[in-house]
Amino acid sequence: MKTSDLIAALAADTTPVRRASVARNLLIAAVVGSVATLVVLVAWLGLNPVMPVLGASWFWMKGGYAAALALSGFLLLNRLARPGAPVGRAALVIGALALLVMAMLAMHSSMHATPGQTRQLWLGDTWKVCPFRILLLSIPVYLGLTWALRRLAPTRLALTGAAAGLAAGALAAAIYGLYCREWAAPFVFVWYSLGVGLSAAFGALVGTRLLRW
Amino acid sequence: MDQGVAGPEAELRALMIAGLNGDGGAHARLLTELGGYLRGYFARRMGANAADLEDLVQETLLAVHLKRATYDRARPFTPWMFAVARYKLMDHFRRFGGRISVPLEDAGALFSEENPEEGAVRQDVARLLGKLPPRQSALLRDVKLTGLSMEEAAARAGMSTTAAKVSVHRGMKRLEKEVGDEDL
Repeated sequence: MKTSDLIAALAADTTPVRRASVARNLLIAAVVGSVATLVVLVAWLGLNPVMPVLGASWFWMKGGYAAALALSGFLLLNRLARPGAPVGRAALVIGALALLVMAMLAMHSSMHATPGQTRQLWLGDTWKVCPFRILLLSIPVYLGLTWALRRLAPTRLALTGAAAGLAAGALAAAIYGLYCREWAAPFVFVWYSLGVGLSAAFGALVGTRLLRW
Repeated sequence: MDQGVAGPEAELRALMIAGLNGDGGAHARLLTELGGYLRGYFARRMGANAADLEDLVQETLLAVHLKRATYDRARPFTPWMFAVARYKLMDHFRRFGGRISVPLEDAGALFSEENPEEGAVRQDVARLLGKLPPRQSALLRDVKLTGLSMEEAAARAGMSTTAAKVSVHRGMKRLEKEVGDEDL
């Protein structure tokens, strides 16, 4: 095919493009993936009744921490999906602040505990399974985001995969929080963060292949 | 050359935004101009006689078209375009072997005019067209460089076909005279 013919064919297909279509694509994918993750959670582990814990501050602490990390990952993706766009500071600041606040809550809680409680605060009852559950639950969201990203144009694939894993892991952690009854800040700081970190590492690893366009 | 960086940004960006708003003529002109830059950029890295040079140019133009929604209208166009071109070149090397790393130059590398002949001609044409009134130079560009029909070009310029023909004819006369004067 001659290049001029190709250009003529493409120009004939010049449909108007709406603004902010990148963010919308990513948002739809995140929502669809989150619903899938919720279905997996219910089918796999079931649901603990949520109503009794709605008044507990630890329930919102976990949700808030996960939401802040998810927002950070989402903002990163919104830049990384566009060729040549700088990553921007907002996403990094939000992510770092969330981690810092969580670390301070963990330290505060640990320092005010009696020696006998410390182990329980840091390990809870589920530390062996928590990070891996978050990693597994992140997969539907990750696949959803990957599907959206392949229609966009990320040029730094490992970094984009890591950001997608971060967003997916954080959303998975928020959803897992509906089931999980761990309440201690030190536990959340270590094991939730580890789960999200594993998701990001997995995302970077797989992203270099899955995200090619 | 600084000129190569500063030069096309305003024009290409305007064309890109017009295309995003649904203007097929502007989109065709954008792709045509980018084709020239891409051919030069890839040729410098693959060798001018590489058999797959034109394939890569076409693949990149296709990507520009398919991925144009990822261009943010509030940002400069050349970094977007350069990132797409560099990605396509790396992808090409990855699939077909050869040099894997493409140096992270600034966007100027894509729009620089190292390719002496093409660059010189492009500059001459741009300079000459700059001597005409804006509407007439746009008309000439559409008809003589982009390859629009006289009717399409007239419609874009907002004048009748007859008036456009006269304007193009006078413009060419004037350019011939300019070139003649310079050669003396």
